[in-house]
Amino acid sequence: MHEETVYDALTGAPDDARWAFGTGFDDPLAGVDTTVPEGVAPADLGAYCLMLGDDALVLAQRLTEWITRAPELEEEVAVANIALDLLGQARLLLARTAAAGVLGPCRERAGASVPDEDALAYFRDPGEFRCTALAAAPNGDFAHLVVRLLAAATLRLAAFDRLRSSRDPVLAAVAAKGVAELSYAREHAARWVVRLGDGTAESHRRIRAAVEAVAPLLADVFTPTDVELRLAAGGAAVDPAALRAEVLGVLDAVLAHATLEPPSWPAGAPPRGRLGDHGPEVAELLAGLQGLARAHPEATW
Amino acid sequence: MNGWPLYEVFVRGKRGLNHVHVGSVHAPDAEMAVHAARDLYTRRNEGVSVWVVRSADITASSPDEKDPLFAPAGDKVYRHPTFYPIPDDVPHL
Amino acid sequence: MSAPVDVAADELERGFEATLAAQRRIEPRDWMPEGYRATLVRQIAQHAHSEIIGMQPEGDWLLAAPSLRRKAVLLAKVQDEAGHGMYLYAAAETLGVDRDDLTDRLVEGRQKYSSIFNYPTLTYADVGVIGWLVDGAAICNQVPLCRSSYGPYARAMVRICKEESFHQRQGYELLLTMMRGTDEQRAMVQDAVDRWWWPSLMMFGPPDTDSPNTARSMAWGIKRHTNDELRQRFVDMTVPQAEFLGVTLPDPELSLDPATGHHRFGAIDWDEFRRVLAGGGPCNAERITRRRAARDDGAWVREAAAAHAAKHGAAHAAKQTGRTA
Ligand SMILES: [Fe+2]
Ligand SMILES: [Fe+2]
Repeated sequence: MHEETVYDALTGAPDDARWAFGTGFDDPLAGVDTTVPEGVAPADLGAYCLMLGDDALVLAQRLTEWITRAPELEEEVAVANIALDLLGQARLLLARTAAAGVLGPCRERAGASVPDEDALAYFRDPGEFRCTALAAAPNGDFAHLVVRLLAAATLRLAAFDRLRSSRDPVLAAVAAKGVAELSYAREHAARWVVRLGDGTAESHRRIRAAVEAVAPLLADVFTPTDVELRLAAGGAAVDPAALRAEVLGVLDAVLAHATLEPPSWPAGAPPRGRLGDHGPEVAELLAGLQGLARAHPEATW
Repeated sequence: MNGWPLYEVFVRGKRGLNHVHVGSVHAPDAEMAVHAARDLYTRRNEGVSVWVVRSADITASSPDEKDPLFAPAGDKVYRHPTFYPIPDDVPHL
Repeated sequence: MSAPVDVAADELERGFEATLAAQRRIEPRDWMPEGYRATLVRQIAQHAHSEIIGMQPEGDWLLAAPSLRRKAVLLAKVQDEAGHGMYLYAAAETLGVDRDDLTDRLVEGRQKYSSIFNYPTLTYADVGVIGWLVDGAAICNQVPLCRSSYGPYARAMVRICKEESFHQRQGYELLLTMMRGTDEQRAMVQDAVDRWWWPSLMMFGPPDTDSPNTARSMAWGIKRHTNDELRQRFVDMTVPQAEFLGVTLPDPELSLDPATGHHRFGAIDWDEFRRVLAGGGPCNAERITRRRAARDDGAWVREAAAAHAAKHGAAHAAKQTGRTA
């Protein structure tokens, strides 16, 4: 075998997809049958995909804030990988939302040249976002990054694992793709939590502070909205209450491995974020995300 | 200095090929090194097998090597074999 | 040193020269002249620093990228640049230097990086123009380095060049899209071209008449073409691309010389080049400050991971026994 072939195999020459490059706008759901299955309310399905998509979008944005600031170059690459995965999930889910017919006033605010996924991402107001505080909370130090990522990825992985058998084939396909990505994210975060928890006195102190800061953000993530309950009853979505034991079990196990006492996990709280009731950090995050696109609603990018 | 050790990275691009030395990463331990190596050198291509080994643990000999008396002072660990040659048709624009 | 050593040293030097003459690669454990080693370390480190600092100007638009697709493209690109820096630091480390030391030299101002990254990115068109012109100039510089005489450097450059071609393509494609957009967008593109054109030409370094080390580097196979040769090639390549795009390159003297087939261009402001290189550019302080902050703020993380490894090294090693796949 000629050595050049070895090289090509390493760089995956024919696989351009991973570069995320293409020509012009490409609909992430191009060629996919987006018919909503019988017995599933399109408005509910769209609202649900918006919840999952918004979590991915705002968490990707928080991870991206770390780029050029990570503690080592190896970590720049890892954080960017996870952010790219979440961004990809957000695009698919927002496109699924739009294909289910749930667009609302953002479609009117955006110019005709703006694709639906971007109308949803860039032209909704904060009160129209459906993300949880766990995904949207501002960054702290690196300990906060990995603890929040551990919690968010564990929760999302538990949901996606079940969504692989959603009655909506599009959502099931998105979930199937996402499971591998989220496993990677969860394991990466867990490796860091273990190392920092069982590292130096300072890292132990910081990771403990991060756990205390992140734990309250789990208060509302297991509380279902009416949309989730209706869809879950029809086999299209997951009732987040069903994930609680598994998620907290994983977190407790990782924390124990990291020589940390598990915190007292918060009692359930109403799903404020899912209903569009956010702290000021969401408006701030969205101002940074949307400013340029909104300044040029008729532009093509 | 809190520098992490250097790990050499070997990748098997696909079944039927040997692992090939592709470069190095810094990592605190082998487990982190293998993930960093996968991130950097294979872009997480799941079909690919990755080995990492502490650079300091490599014992090397090369046919052209002269008496170690003349080896440069900075040369402790390095690298070794199985380098693939540079393809002639390197892409430009 | 005793006489036999000198004789042997002579022989080593002849072996080195013979390897170069045969167009074969010098590999890390080979004997090499100290000047060759030092020149390589400086060049590779400077190149690596440029990749890492180069993440910042474009990284400044990551959060505000105006579409999700553009955000993903830009994030993938900035990630690639981190990877390029890592490939290059790895190549430098085969020469007996340490990445942490090189980073220290960077943040302490003892080693340089490409001065192009000391200019600010004012609009999103800058992202496109950086891909087109800055990555384009980098490709011109780097493709010949795939045949560098030093093996690890040449191999790193092969990987990097493959990825750079995507970078240039995404930049140019963004500009094409913007030129088809609104008047405001077209004005943004022209403005960005106006600001980046001359600094891009400066990326090839001082003119040959003012580049004293070029001859030696070329003899060593560390450099394959002179600065002016590469600059000319870049201009010749770029002019038709600018025409296709519908932008004007900000140089009234730019014209095709029918006799040579090459483009003539105006005089480069080398005073500006030296001023920016010496630290007087608009963003020098900001770039280094951020890099230093990342190093310093991350120190506790690196220490903790090292402490964990010291405690559990044996356990981790045991888990990884045998073949990983
Ligand atoms: Fe690069
Ligand atoms: Fe690049």
